[in-house]
Amino acid sequence: MENKFNMEFMGLSENEALARTVTAAFITSLDPTVEELSELKTAVSEAVTNAIVHAYPDGVGMVGLSGRICGKKVYITVSDTGIGIDDIERAREPLYTGKPEQERSGLGFSIMESFCDQIDVKSKCGSGTVVTLIKQIGGNKGEE
Amino acid sequence: MNIIETDKNALLVTPEGELDHHLAGKMRTEIDKKLGRGIINIIFDFSHLSFMDSSGIGMIMGRYKRIQKLGGRVIIAAPKPQVKRIIEMSGLLGIIQISPSVKQALRKL
Repeated sequence: MENKFNMEFMGLSENEALARTVTAAFITSLDPTVEELSELKTAVSEAVTNAIVHAYPDGVGMVGLSGRICGKKVYITVSDTGIGIDDIERAREPLYTGKPEQERSGLGFSIMESFCDQIDVKSKCGSGTVVTLIKQIGGNKGEE
Repeated sequence: MNIIETDKNALLVTPEGELDHHLAGKMRTEIDKKLGRGIINIIFDFSHLSFMDSSGIGMIMGRYKRIQKLGGRVIIAAPKPQVKRIIEMSGLLGIIQISPSVKQALRKL
């Protein structure tokens, strides 16, 4: 099957729950297991939290959330138009955080990687960041 | 979220729903107001928590560092499987214990 959605919300922490709920509702048609659902919700929560915490140091910006279902594969994209990530490799290292004073654990990208089949990160300093989470829901991983 | 002072100089913290960056910030503020002043231990009762992400881990780590300086302990009670999985992934179990119930957590203090 094929389906798409696209939305935008203010980068406020209370909207993290909104992003998780929308994602969970969007993939319901694929009949995910409880584990698959909680994995994708957690990964989305990490990506959205990163956008809210890191992208807009001088205020609140908009965060984009879009999804696409293609067969059994789900693509969830979280985007911002914030400051961007200057060193993506370092940002993806386990336990690295740019904000230790805010008690960030530095586990966001590690969790996204563990809970999805693939993640793609594109970022440009001053223009923003786009994180795409790719996960197959249900059935044989080899099937489409 | 419910926070009460119990015996054994402990704070029993019971969050409900989903522990993300939003709730973690609130928990941090509320808990830190109560630390010191005779409270040296924290029991997190996670039996009503359906979800946690790495913001919860950061909040727990931060409270652990403060409690460690006071000579106390942090124990997590009754986490559901999704929450337990994140705790295990984070490496938190090397420093913080999990108990099946609040009652058993209190016994460990």
